[in-house]
Amino acid sequence: MAYKKPSQKFSGKIREVTVGSGLKLGGESVLPFYKFDGDTGAKPAVGMEIWDVFPESWPQSLKDIFGEYADDPVKWAKFCMEKYNPDFICIRFEGANPEGEDRSPEECARTAERLAGEVPVPLMIAGCDSDEKNAKIFVKIAEALPDKNYVFLSAVEANYKEVGAACGMAYGNIVSAESSVDLNLAKQLNILITQLGVKPEKMVMNPGCAAVGYGFEYVITTMDRIKLAALDQNDATLQMPIVSPVSFETWKVKESAASEEDMPEWGSQEERGIAMEIATAAGVLAAGSNAVILRHPKSVEIIRNFIDELL
Amino acid sequence: MALNGMEIYKMLPKKNCKECGFPTCLAFAMKLAQGGTQAEKCPYMSDEAKDKLAEATAPPMKTVTFGIGDRAYSLGGENVLFRHEKTFVNKPRFAVMFDDGENADDVAKKINHINAVNYTRISEEMYVEIAAFRCSSQDKQKFISLIKKVTSDCKKVVPMIISEDPDIASAAAEEFAALGPIIYGANEKNCEAMAGIASKHKLLLGVKAEDQAKLYDTVQKIQSMGFRELLLDGGGRSLKTAFDDAVNIRRTALLSKDRTFGYPTVAFVCDMTRDKMMEVAMAALFIEKYASIIVLSDMDYSMALPLFSLRQNIYTDPQRPMRIEQGIYRIGQADEKSPLLVTVDFALTYFIVSGEVERAKVPSWILIPDAGGYSVLTAWASGKLNAKSIAKAIKDFEVEGKLKTRELIIPGKVAVLKSDIEDELPGWKVIVGTREAAALPAFLKEYRQEKAS
Ligand code: SF4
Repeated sequence: MAYKKPSQKFSGKIREVTVGSGLKLGGESVLPFYKFDGDTGAKPAVGMEIWDVFPESWPQSLKDIFGEYADDPVKWAKFCMEKYNPDFICIRFEGANPEGEDRSPEECARTAERLAGEVPVPLMIAGCDSDEKNAKIFVKIAEALPDKNYVFLSAVEANYKEVGAACGMAYGNIVSAESSVDLNLAKQLNILITQLGVKPEKMVMNPGCAAVGYGFEYVITTMDRIKLAALDQNDATLQMPIVSPVSFETWKVKESAASEEDMPEWGSQEERGIAMEIATAAGVLAAGSNAVILRHPKSVEIIRNFIDELL
Repeated sequence: MALNGMEIYKMLPKKNCKECGFPTCLAFAMKLAQGGTQAEKCPYMSDEAKDKLAEATAPPMKTVTFGIGDRAYSLGGENVLFRHEKTFVNKPRFAVMFDDGENADDVAKKINHINAVNYTRISEEMYVEIAAFRCSSQDKQKFISLIKKVTSDCKKVVPMIISEDPDIASAAAEEFAALGPIIYGANEKNCEAMAGIASKHKLLLGVKAEDQAKLYDTVQKIQSMGFRELLLDGGGRSLKTAFDDAVNIRRTALLSKDRTFGYPTVAFVCDMTRDKMMEVAMAALFIEKYASIIVLSDMDYSMALPLFSLRQNIYTDPQRPMRIEQGIYRIGQADEKSPLLVTVDFALTYFIVSGEVERAKVPSWILIPDAGGYSVLTAWASGKLNAKSIAKAIKDFEVEGKLKTRELIIPGKVAVLKSDIEDELPGWKVIVGTREAAALPAFLKEYRQEKAS
């Protein structure tokens, strides 16, 4: 008997969503990186995270790289563009946090506007820990930057109405629907947001992210199930591309955050942080992420090569 | 292929003697087809019928073993392509590659790393299970003395002997047979000799070919010699081709139900890149899909921490909640006056909470009662986390003897338990903490300040 190579053909397809003016996400009709089965769609995108305020809590190794530019998000973004050329920039409005600097929605919108004017790649706009405050800043930013096709991270159960109505409908941007590692919750939120009137091509999703070792199996299994439902069962409510904010999770766990004085046997803190970020990013990409957000330049370089080598 | 009841019935002696415990041969055949009994229960079945049945009922992917004693490991035996379909069974094992052409400093560095990386994470011991040895010198003595050095310096590793020269493989197998090594290097040309060596010492045999089709032919050849303890390598040495091999060998076994590829596979990540961080990315991919042995060029802590954690996550049985042991855990240099928090025994929750407490840099104690292994809200809703279970933990773990504090911080999501707990624990005051773990650092800092003033 001779070898017959197996293959899995599906009737469904992940929706292709255009971010900014030309960054395409999704479009695949096969499992992640299964080039041997068919069309893998757009290459997964790699973006870099910056903050609207100086990232005091970041490990020193990152501050050594970005510190000189990080007092101004425009300077910071330009530095990333020139040196590392990411596919998009994710600006996180940590400064809006009511328990921190509590910056106003107007101030956030001004920052976003300045960035949009100076940065040639699309933006992803992320908020702070407060869902309530995020709704307010997202509305203002979307208003200031209409029809840009920027991605807003994220609409959650608590604020999807305001975020969906403003970002996805009134001002023509893209809404990311965020749920926590449960296929049914992801599906429900996607349905609720489309019922508001947001078009599916103006949506992406984040069905939950975690660092490897921290319940990451739930992330992978939720993503496996979503991709199988989208492809195999042609479930249109789950065919949105997935954006994974990897760096939001991996830099706060102890493997990345513990200093060399605290854990001498663990060796270089910088290497630990990079390896946690890379393993988590490769892990979600292998389960179907269409875009990952990263911090460390080395992670950006490696993950980009990793994607290129697979496709 | 599976057999139905009638097909099995035709192979039985039809004596209806009841010795199998069933009233008739037909009843026995029906039960056997459903997997409700074993073929051995009938003492009168012909050998030929037994073989046929064994073939028909064998799992699609063979479980193979290597190593010895408490360092014996199983590979393969997987039934599903995705963990949510049931569970993954035998986790991949990590190997570090040595080469007998390598300089002594590099060898020493790797030995040090292997010996240093040895820790426990959620009751699983993490260490490098395999040292792989490549014979590039073609010098038998040189090769054997390298294996000797590494296996005597690293007590835990099982060797994987890599050579396509049967003469060298045989000498090394002879020398280290007592460690239960893996012999890797059977190919189209040498497979008869290599299978002979593996079968003589009862070892796992690694089979290699240029591509999947050639591998398929070679495996069939080896199987026809009656040898079936195999580990497969489709020959891909770029990330793309190696991923193709891992996925398609697994799918041939599980989707096409073709047992020619019903064996575990090995991924030589060390040959696909020279960059350590790229190795981490590639190994992460192969942990998820679908290698059973992952060979790296080294394993220091920066590689081990993410990779062992990822493996632990992916190979957790999705049916079983991950629990950590009940008790009182000390975070940082906590003393008898440090804050005391309570949360649940669901490992994920504990890790998030303890991570945030560490981040807060406020030394604290975390009390873990019996909460059924659920998250906070589920544990409370199912009645597992209540005033009684918390009070019991305070007593069982002698908290009143160990600590001076009489304040207990409970998760904000179960604020309703406050008065019940205070009733159960006279002399204690319950403080309602945050709803989300991420808010703990700010909460603890403030709590500590209030205490100080
Ligand atoms: S023991 Fe065998 S022969 Fe006897 S009844 Fe059972 S199946 Fe039939």
